[in-house]
Amino acid sequence: MQDYFYALADFMDKQLQDDEVYLCELTAEQSEFVRFNQGHIRQPGSVEQRYLEIDLIKKQCCVTGQLALSGSMHTDHERVATLFSELRDKLQHLQDDPYLFYATEVHSTESIGTNQLPAEALTEIVSSVQAHDFVGIYASGGIFTGFANSLGQRNWHSSYNFNLDWSFYHSKDKAVKSAYAGCHWETPIFQDKITQALAQLEILKRKPHTITPGPYRVYLSPTALYEILQLLSWDGFGLKAQRTKASALLKMLETPAQHLHSSVTLTENTAQGIAPAFQSDGFIRPAQVPLISQGVYDSALVSPRSAKEYGVKTNGANDEETPLSFDLAAGDFQKADILKTLDTGIYINNLWYLNYSDRAACRMTGMTRFATFWVEKGEIVAPLNVMRFDETLYNILGDKLIALTKEREFIIETDTYEKRSTGSAQLPGALVEDFSFTL
Amino acid sequence: MQNLIKQRFYKVIPHQVDFCSLRYLEERSEKLLVRKNVAEPPLSRHDVGVMLTVIDKGGLGYAATSDLSESGLREAMRRAQLWAKREKTVINFSKVAMPQERGSYQSVLEKPWNSLSIADKLDLLHSESAQCYLNDKIVDWQTSLWFLQTEQLYLTHEGGEIRQSHQYLIPEIRVIANQGVNTQYRTFSESTYGRQGGLEILDHTGFVGKGQQLAEEALQLLAAPNCPSECMDIMLAPDQMILQIHESIGHPLELDRILGDERNYAGTSFVTLDMFGTYQYGSPLLNVTFDPTLPEQLASYGFDDEGLPAEKTYIIREGVLKTPLGGVMSQARTGLSGVANARAMSWNRPPIDRMANLNVEQGNSTLDEMIASIERGIFMKTNLSWSIDDSRNKFQFGCEWGQLIEKGELTQVVKNPNYRGISATFWRNLKKVGNQETFEVLGVPYCGKGEPNQIIRVGHASPVCLFTDVDVFGGV
Repeated sequence: MQDYFYALADFMDKQLQDDEVYLCELTAEQSEFVRFNQGHIRQPGSVEQRYLEIDLIKKQCCVTGQLALSGSMHTDHERVATLFSELRDKLQHLQDDPYLFYATEVHSTESIGTNQLPAEALTEIVSSVQAHDFVGIYASGGIFTGFANSLGQRNWHSSYNFNLDWSFYHSKDKAVKSAYAGCHWETPIFQDKITQALAQLEILKRKPHTITPGPYRVYLSPTALYEILQLLSWDGFGLKAQRTKASALLKMLETPAQHLHSSVTLTENTAQGIAPAFQSDGFIRPAQVPLISQGVYDSALVSPRSAKEYGVKTNGANDEETPLSFDLAAGDFQKADILKTLDTGIYINNLWYLNYSDRAACRMTGMTRFATFWVEKGEIVAPLNVMRFDETLYNILGDKLIALTKEREFIIETDTYEKRSTGSAQLPGALVEDFSFTL
Repeated sequence: MQNLIKQRFYKVIPHQVDFCSLRYLEERSEKLLVRKNVAEPPLSRHDVGVMLTVIDKGGLGYAATSDLSESGLREAMRRAQLWAKREKTVINFSKVAMPQERGSYQSVLEKPWNSLSIADKLDLLHSESAQCYLNDKIVDWQTSLWFLQTEQLYLTHEGGEIRQSHQYLIPEIRVIANQGVNTQYRTFSESTYGRQGGLEILDHTGFVGKGQQLAEEALQLLAAPNCPSECMDIMLAPDQMILQIHESIGHPLELDRILGDERNYAGTSFVTLDMFGTYQYGSPLLNVTFDPTLPEQLASYGFDDEGLPAEKTYIIREGVLKTPLGGVMSQARTGLSGVANARAMSWNRPPIDRMANLNVEQGNSTLDEMIASIERGIFMKTNLSWSIDDSRNKFQFGCEWGQLIEKGELTQVVKNPNYRGISATFWRNLKKVGNQETFEVLGVPYCGKGEPNQIIRVGHASPVCLFTDVDVFGGV
């Protein structure tokens, strides 16, 4: 795939006229998707896709085209040449773009993954789960990202991973969710996850507990906390959102006294993530970008376009200026002490469908989901019927944060909209006081 | 190209399989966007590929590829066959009678996208953009046009052949106003105003002139008090009704959710199979249809992606739940009749049960009659926030615009209006349904669901509707 892309880039070099420049990005994958329901296979299949995005630039004008590649060089030469011609026609009608900005220094990089994917994980999965109400998806295969430009820069990132994202159901909405992701399948790890999930499933067989709306002490698992950070990543950390006052962190930005708990240090940690370290305008991402340091707003994610518009340096953010590799620093609280400290409260493994009740105040709502437990006197008593929360970030990770756990989990994003995600997060769990439930 | 694909498909059909099909999709799109009076680089997209599906000896498998050569199709067919050999499937797929229809469908079009040059279209966007800036409190604004054109071919091994051609235009204007820690939004949203057709949609939806109106309304919101917190009547505009229909009628009635396919991701449903035919979903004023026949609506089509002919069907009639949203596979799994709604977002995702067009039929009340009937209530429009539990019951939705209704009259504008409720009881509190004059045909291009994940275009049409005893609240 890498050789194919670079050969295509060489072809593109020859398509240019006069003082034109091109930037291009390849996103491709060879994926297997197997969907399960009730311990049986629902929809199995393969997807092989290759997309090329080309920016054709002349002086201060730019036009972008995306196309599906066939994988046949002759056919793809024709498609690329046709696209260049179409883009060139459009360029004539455009005015100068004052915020056009792309990398002009050449930084070629290469990160090549090794394919250690298991040949027969599926057989093991099926044999391990068919006696249970198992539902979810196994996604695996190669993910390939490349960048090239007419200045000679070439970047390549490939990885081969699997992501089994599943739930065991007891009945109705009572279920345990788990996931096993990685590059190298290890049966003992998978079987241990199955065992742990089945143990939690036993608790779900107890009579569920219903609480009345009000404030409760809660433990948010790393997975639950990830849902909150994913909501925040929607226009929370980007420079454009901040300058246009659309950021959910507006109060922190406008009011110096407004900050989060001093134990909250949040970083875009590209070095520890699995996403490519380059972006579609050719810029290389720094190893880390501090977003919030010791509870205080630190820096924004800055795309090249925002950098030009607002006169600051880019840090290689994508166009959407969203984090891809979250890193929330560990706290000093032992995971083993969670139930004891929770005393009477709610152990939340998963949150679901978050959105803002009042974005400017960073007040958010969402639901508990999957294995959420009612805890009394430091012991799990019963599964909790789903509840809606409505709370501000300034309480959850601010005034009402009791502690973050010392242990952290590495979460690989399961998103497969249009392509398999390379997002990830390394997060602790959080103990929070007076977490408000409303419905 | 389609005839070439057809020839190649017939060459690669394997012998002795129970069923196989090819689904070809070619999509071209173009998006033009002007933000704060600056045109961003125009974006065009050309996507093309096929999915081959094989059913054999009870198993089902698919393989999708953008290699459209004969060898590419042959390799994809080989992989689909391998997947179909997998045992332990949820049902015996060979027992499902797959449609073998022949037919076609084409969008109705008045003004083709290319009847205006790119320069003229950008001029239009610039003109609307310039109207959005009224003073320094308007901190961001953008206008855009997104055009899409799809060509689909569906073939089966026994001669089924369906050709469908669609064109869509999805316009948007978005304005942000700010003062200190108060930010307000007004949008003519691409999540609402997309339709099938061409540039005539701009005339039909009132795109021109909308920028200034939205900016004025955003400034009004900036100066408005917070929405009060109390239980009151709530009157929802069509651009909020579409979200209410989508989340608390559409998703819970999808058969694949009821069957449990989505429980690990999009969720399950509070609706069970035994409810169809008897369950009182809403008040007797509630009539909901699956309607693929409105030519301008976003998800009108002749056949779904498993070849089933689409026709208008009552899903809820006089408040009683009648028909689930399930395609051929789900119908076979449940024994229930359904609708033609097995749809895929593109060539690289398999069909699953989706909503397509799901509409609340118009009623008899005029807008004035509805307002006059309200002692204490609120009118909300334009969805801003949405959240609902995985059984599609406990919801909370927020709108951009709220206006109190007191003693039968619209009064104070309020900001940050939200409401929450439970699907199973909310629709039974439907008190009045607006007439034709309040009815709007709208659509949502981003409905997410499925594993692997899929985004799809759905249509919703609705009149203004009035509900009683709803828990309403405002911002911090």
